[in-house]
Amino acid sequence: MAHDHDHDDHHEHGSELSEMQLRVRALETVLAEKGYIDPAALDLIVEEFETRIGPHNGARVVAKAWADPAFKHALIEDATKAVRSLGLINRVGDHLIAVENTPKLHNVIVCTLCSCYPWEVLGLPPVWYKAAPYRSRAVNDPRGVLADFGLKLPADTQIRVWDSTAETRFIVLPMRPQGTEGWSEEKLATLVTRDCMIGTGLPRNSAEAA
Amino acid sequence: MDGIHDMGGMHGFGKVEPELNEPVFHAAWEGRCLALNRAMGVIGAWTIDEGRSGIEELPPQVYLAHSYYGKWALRLENMIISRGLAGADEIAAGHALHPAKSMKRKLGVADVPGTLTRGSFGRQPPAPARFKVGERVRTKVIHPATHTRLPRYTRGRVGTIEALRGCHVFPDTSAIGAGENPQWLYTVVFEGRELWGENTDPTLTVSIDAFEPYLDAA
Repeated sequence: MAHDHDHDDHHEHGSELSEMQLRVRALETVLAEKGYIDPAALDLIVEEFETRIGPHNGARVVAKAWADPAFKHALIEDATKAVRSLGLINRVGDHLIAVENTPKLHNVIVCTLCSCYPWEVLGLPPVWYKAAPYRSRAVNDPRGVLADFGLKLPADTQIRVWDSTAETRFIVLPMRPQGTEGWSEEKLATLVTRDCMIGTGLPRNSAEAA
Repeated sequence: MDGIHDMGGMHGFGKVEPELNEPVFHAAWEGRCLALNRAMGVIGAWTIDEGRSGIEELPPQVYLAHSYYGKWALRLENMIISRGLAGADEIAAGHALHPAKSMKRKLGVADVPGTLTRGSFGRQPPAPARFKVGERVRTKVIHPATHTRLPRYTRGRVGTIEALRGCHVFPDTSAIGAGENPQWLYTVVFEGRELWGENTDPTLTVSIDAFEPYLDAA
């Protein structure tokens, strides 16, 4: 995909350029003219994030863990190594950690300081994950935050919040929904939502399978 | 630094508002901005810690008034100027006016895969780990004016070492150009009540990943 600054408005749908668009375009032009970056490389990065990197990868990981106890064990032991072994994703960053929900324990992931998120398995974080309401409240009112997502857990369920303060990255391994015995990994993966891998949701139930 | 970015436990920001079927980018410039920032990291213009510090140095009113990628664009401008990679006059003109600074790398199409993976921050340990799993620790009370990854709400609190995560680049020094200074990293878990007081939901525990210099034996 070529990127041509003079007459390329392929994302713009003919609307006027906003101030931010002009600003970022000026930065890109200057950095390209100075030879630091190649706009064609930027095109590729954007394309990767828009098409190939996303929560579908995490969903395959979770489905595999539900279907294959040996893989689940390996995932909890060393998620980077286990996810790499699947070969789904070209590159998995180091220090990926999978945390498992149980009937007694529900895990929630946040980054109060910025926006740390396991890109390689979940893609880029949604706006709410990076915004002040979630980052401020997830650590002191996680049940209130879950209620904002329509999720109410039993009062005696332990809530564990993981604040991503270093280069470790966390993915929640949710509980396998009931009524899915004998399902293929592909079918199980259709139940795995992005939010259930962050901890702000639960997997779809078996009647909601795609 | 004790900036507005350190939001854990603050009140008043309202409800979380999830967006149904949210697109990866809400406008084309967001994608370009993300890619530009990744690219500048790859060519070695700044480290991830210097980059985070660049966001935190935005004044609080600017931080709160701009969207996520808006902040990234402002950071990008500030950092390329402060590092002499381009001049404010060039950004205003929208064109290069001066010779480029020589960089170790340029980002070409073939380098893209390297921009899509997080770097590895594990390093050889300079000394054995000081703490063991199960040990009680108290986080230090620190208020550095520069970058740190010990959130305010966890300072001076007693928690338990739950896991040892290896020895990693230390953000507090990396962010100020003072080197990688590798340090042991621990998952430290706190009771909710230790952080927020006795009326806190008793089912709550919160963990951070804390570098050894943040911790004292409790």
